[in-house]
Amino acid sequence: MNPTHATAHDHAHDYNGHDGYNGTTRGYLTGFLLSVVLTAIPFWLVMNKPLANPQLLAFLVLAFAAVQIVVHMVYFLHMNPKSEGGWSMLALIFTMVLVVITLAGSLWVMHHLNTNMMPMPAMS
Amino acid sequence: MSDALAIHAEARPVFYDADGRHHPENGTLLGFWLYLMSDCLIFACLFATYGVLGRSYAAGPTGAELFDLNLVAVNTAMLLFSSITYGFAMIAMRQRKVAAVQGWLVITGLFGLAFIGLELYEFAHLIQEGAGPQRSAFLTAFFALVGTHGLHVTFGLIWLVTLMTQVGLYGLTTDNRRRLMCLSMFWHFLDVVWIGVFTFVYLLGSMS
Repeated sequence: MNPTHATAHDHAHDYNGHDGYNGTTRGYLTGFLLSVVLTAIPFWLVMNKPLANPQLLAFLVLAFAAVQIVVHMVYFLHMNPKSEGGWSMLALIFTMVLVVITLAGSLWVMHHLNTNMMPMPAMS
Repeated sequence: MSDALAIHAEARPVFYDADGRHHPENGTLLGFWLYLMSDCLIFACLFATYGVLGRSYAAGPTGAELFDLNLVAVNTAMLLFSSITYGFAMIAMRQRKVAAVQGWLVITGLFGLAFIGLELYEFAHLIQEGAGPQRSAFLTAFFALVGTHGLHVTFGLIWLVTLMTQVGLYGLTTDNRRRLMCLSMFWHFLDVVWIGVFTFVYLLGSMS
């Protein structure tokens, strides 16, 4: 057994930032400022209605939310491909796939159910 | 584990990784992350329900008529502030400053309390106006989704007070540091879910 080549388990339980979950003040402030901007813009867009096109407005609001979720994941939850040996990221990707299937699938199926419903005879 | 050797000479077995690979260091934190991912699926189902039923007003009030975006903006700010103050608590924890940790946790808890207070005020106001969960499918889905998030924040607050008591009694022990890290993930995760709520429910709902 080569001692220089071995990783002892005794040092493992040390929650001091070797695990990739801890951030810096700078990181938290960056994430916070980005979040404030990414929250304020969609609220302003919806409350003051500078855009006439509702589809474009809805797309922009959703896009800001998607970017802000990534910002929170990176700066607050410290998600990166290396934390926990990559298992956190793998679990996250798997969950995201399930979330997309749940959301898109439900909306798609229910939309088609609505449009293909037999027309109700008018009540007389 | 064919390439890992176990030496049983001492009372406690010590495991060596012969390849020198990086072990997953904190099983608890990965396990807690997996719990959060399963929680994420609960919210996905509630979001899907709201997506399907969110326009079924049953001739009742619509989101555009009910939602007060100023209140939602203040609520969002409360949660965002509480996220960064929890972050400062974690930085203080790494520097082993017990008083600073407790101070930031108190501030985080107060922001969380303000969030819950405003949400309960909103709910009470809606029910008073006759827009309770039984009014329409839209309102059922709304109360289920936003209520579940609020319930999570409430339990987060109970957890926060519990950990402040723990830190006050025993200091920043290894166990308490691990617990604070789990609550940190929980708290930031709830903020991520709230981004979905204020975008999907309040902002898009106010446009219709």
